[in-house]
Amino acid sequence: MKPRHKKLAIIASGVTALGLAVALVLNAFESNMVFFFSPSQVAANEAPVGKSFRIGGLVEEGSIRRQSDGVTVKFIVTDTAKVIPVVYTGILPDLFKEGKGVVAQGKLAADGVFRADEVLAKHDENYMPPEAAGALEQARIQKTVMTK
Amino acid sequence: MMRFLLPLAAFIVLVGFLAVGLNLKPREVPSPLIGKPAPVFQSQSLHEPERILASKDNLGKVWLLNVWASWCVSCREEHPLLVELAKSGIVPIYGLNYKDKRDLALQWLSQYGDPYTISVVDPEGRIGIDYGVYGVPETYVIDKNGVIRHKQIGPVTIESLEKKILPLIKELQG
Amino acid sequence: MIPELGNFALILALLLAITQGTLPIIGAARGIPSWIALARPVVQGQFVFLAIAFGCLAYSFVSNDFSVLNVARNSNSELPIQYRIAASWGSHEGSLLLWVFMLAAWSVAVSVFSRHLPDEMVARVLGVMGLVSVGFILFLLVTSNPFDRLFPAALEGSDLNPLLQDPGMVIHPPMLYMGYVGFSVAFAFAIAALISGQMDAAWARWSRPWTTVAWVFLTIGIMLGSWWAYYELGWGGWWFWDPVENASFLPWLVGTALVHSLAVTEKRGSFKSWTVLLAICAFSLSLLGTFLVRSGVLTSVHAFATDPTRGVFILAFLVIVIGSSLLLFAWRAPKVGLGGKFDLVSRESMLLANNLLLMVAAGSVLLGTLYPLIMDSLDLGKISVGPPYFEAVFVPLMTPAIFLMGLGPLARWKQASLPELMLRLRWAFGVSVITALLMPFVMGEWKPLVSFGLLLAFWIIATIFVSIQQRLRNSGQGGLFAKLAKQSRSYYSMHLAHLGIAIFIIGVTLVNGYETEKDVRMEIGSTVTMGGYTFRFNGASPVSGPNYKAMRGDIDVLRNGEKIRVMQPEKRTYNASGMAMTEPAIDTGFLRDLYVAMGEPLENGAWVVRVYHKPFVDWIWFGCLLMAFGGMLAVTDRRYRLKMHSKHVETAAVEDGKRVTNNNTGLATGGRKA
Repeated sequence: MKPRHKKLAIIASGVTALGLAVALVLNAFESNMVFFFSPSQVAANEAPVGKSFRIGGLVEEGSIRRQSDGVTVKFIVTDTAKVIPVVYTGILPDLFKEGKGVVAQGKLAADGVFRADEVLAKHDENYMPPEAAGALEQARIQKTVMTK
Repeated sequence: MMRFLLPLAAFIVLVGFLAVGLNLKPREVPSPLIGKPAPVFQSQSLHEPERILASKDNLGKVWLLNVWASWCVSCREEHPLLVELAKSGIVPIYGLNYKDKRDLALQWLSQYGDPYTISVVDPEGRIGIDYGVYGVPETYVIDKNGVIRHKQIGPVTIESLEKKILPLIKELQG
Repeated sequence: MIPELGNFALILALLLAITQGTLPIIGAARGIPSWIALARPVVQGQFVFLAIAFGCLAYSFVSNDFSVLNVARNSNSELPIQYRIAASWGSHEGSLLLWVFMLAAWSVAVSVFSRHLPDEMVARVLGVMGLVSVGFILFLLVTSNPFDRLFPAALEGSDLNPLLQDPGMVIHPPMLYMGYVGFSVAFAFAIAALISGQMDAAWARWSRPWTTVAWVFLTIGIMLGSWWAYYELGWGGWWFWDPVENASFLPWLVGTALVHSLAVTEKRGSFKSWTVLLAICAFSLSLLGTFLVRSGVLTSVHAFATDPTRGVFILAFLVIVIGSSLLLFAWRAPKVGLGGKFDLVSRESMLLANNLLLMVAAGSVLLGTLYPLIMDSLDLGKISVGPPYFEAVFVPLMTPAIFLMGLGPLARWKQASLPELMLRLRWAFGVSVITALLMPFVMGEWKPLVSFGLLLAFWIIATIFVSIQQRLRNSGQGGLFAKLAKQSRSYYSMHLAHLGIAIFIIGVTLVNGYETEKDVRMEIGSTVTMGGYTFRFNGASPVSGPNYKAMRGDIDVLRNGEKIRVMQPEKRTYNASGMAMTEPAIDTGFLRDLYVAMGEPLENGAWVVRVYHKPFVDWIWFGCLLMAFGGMLAVTDRRYRLKMHSKHVETAAVEDGKRVTNNNTGLATGGRKA
């Protein structure tokens, strides 16, 4: 191979590889990005139906109900303005508690119940997931605006 | 030559995003309650359940409202400071015992010392919601007219006390 | 008193670090021998003071001095002694002190094992490391002093986060940090080379063993972290693509590329500027990892202590260190030259392709990690990028890399022939395809992805066999063992590390393909069957540990009706923090793990119990260990040991930088004692 051809071949294969990588990344983002919504946003129908997303807020006091199978749990997530009922099957994280911050990932069913397939709580007792804290802060700002 | 500058260019873009990202935290959002009248509450005293304390009783003086609970780890960290502050008599500290059990809370105070003029109970966290409590501990500085002037999220530290809270109290009392 | 002593030692260390970061570099530039000679003693002095500082902190923890804020926050008088020691690096402040302490230890190692290097070079390398040290000590003193007092003293400490009270967590951070910090040596060598404009095979020979050692530590550190997540978080997963995990994985990917690129630079003199760029990137990503973990920029389940003012400091530090190195790179690298030429099909080109794939993989992991931040910065909504993204990008990128991993060691340097390679590898390919197609049936069910994963693993193993067999055929006379003994350690180390990748892939493939997990409600006496094992729940009873109380479940494992094992998972509540912790019980086996964790208590003594059957899961960590062992073997290669005995030869080799080394016999000169 002539040096000029060799250089061309290297550049061509480099560009192809990079193009493939970019295509891979874009495709993966397209299908695997998970958006975050607060209960208020869900109540305002901003969240997609049938697509996976995350919600965050506080677990409402006294709202945890265990179903008879012992493994399915229902609870309510609130941002102090709006609430959203959540159903989850499985073991909850150690730090999941009433009145504490929580982030759940799953889909919103047609009946308005959020079916979570993942529930996250932080490793630190006093810590609130920033997303959940953000949702609460947002709801509070709106409440203050409304009462004015 | 140009291609050797590419890594630097990529890094500069990255730094841009990191710098913006640093300023995005929800904790950076100032509380919307600052400068607003403190939400009115009325609740039982922790020590004497039959006694009811209303926040409007505090009109005319500068006071601190400290949200605490016996289950809260960081409260333990700030607690010695609060005890010191209470001893100095600079400002009355009112406790809001948040989502706690009475016996545990009383035991906690007898063990670590009680800096509070009065602690009121908020077992369901209703007062907490009005104040926008999203983590314990939180501390509010409230002026003579019952307006919230400052909110400390997380434990009170020597630094925050000396740089922010004490000067503010002095100014408000002055 | 002791904490003040520690603080004072830290300040003295800072002064020495400033000296170390300035005088030797200026001395090397201006040719002032006395300033150059300062480098070694100053480094050793700095190490002593940092050791004192670290000792003071450890002492404060051991003696339960709750007048130190750091101790009050992260320890407790009930905490067992080994965790009190580990708590000294369990906090943000302590972990950074460990970071600089290790940097000093690496610097001392460089100063001791560099007798054969030119003094100017050593002065520049240690000077660069001194500058890094200045940044970190300043950061400690200004934003996160581990010796800050709490006044009045706390009666009792808040306790170490229970998740960190675990033997794995005692050694995981030091290992990981040894890796992170170790890349600073390669970085310092690269910067010194850029400053001096002297970059030849000798330079690569010096940096190579250092880089390999750092890579070994990082590999072990990541392995321990993954293992810890598996048995301590109670979720049974071993990798979550969490930002903090990614922060350690990024330097590993780039470090792996660097190790390979250095091999080419040492043996062929090629890829020089690329190698330098990789060395800068590997260390930059270590710094970025520290930034991501400590600043709270990213939401992560691991980020224990976060604080934005610290973030600002580290960001400024990042800008100075990385920005100036990349600027230096842009300025000096064009003069470095390209080095030896090679053909489109050659071992060099395959290594380069692998390097690029690793870098693209690192780039896509970085993008996925930072994407939520970018979206948030541009106000496009709050999002999270989960494991599916990383898997969808990472696996396709690594597939060609693994294919090349089989080809590369058999290809000739400079110029190879594709048809000849295909001829030599046709059996390896056939065998791996057939085995990969058939193996899943042995496991009970054929799955395309399992077959695919196994194909990659078997391809690596088969090519290793072909490589060794052909190597032996060309090794002249003698019996099999004599021939085997003839091969250099660096040759075996390569295959060992590659075999580690194969074992790792087998573990990942089989556990993903055939694991079963169930969250079930278990009454006392009820059973659940999984993977041929029956689990019988006999109830839970209270027990108490040194600083916690727990409910301990009692579960019999039966196989074919016979009891083979009792498993006792716990649900703990720690006294000081009141935090609940799941402590799973794991029965480890060569071919499978049984994993039982307690969920929540129900009425009548029943519990929600999580039961897992995980085939081949331990192969994942065993593969990592093999990789690390391969790296260690490479560092003990004869050509590095030889140097000890023949210093004069060494010096000659160093002066004759362009000398071409003999890569086949492993007799190349240069490097340092391991």
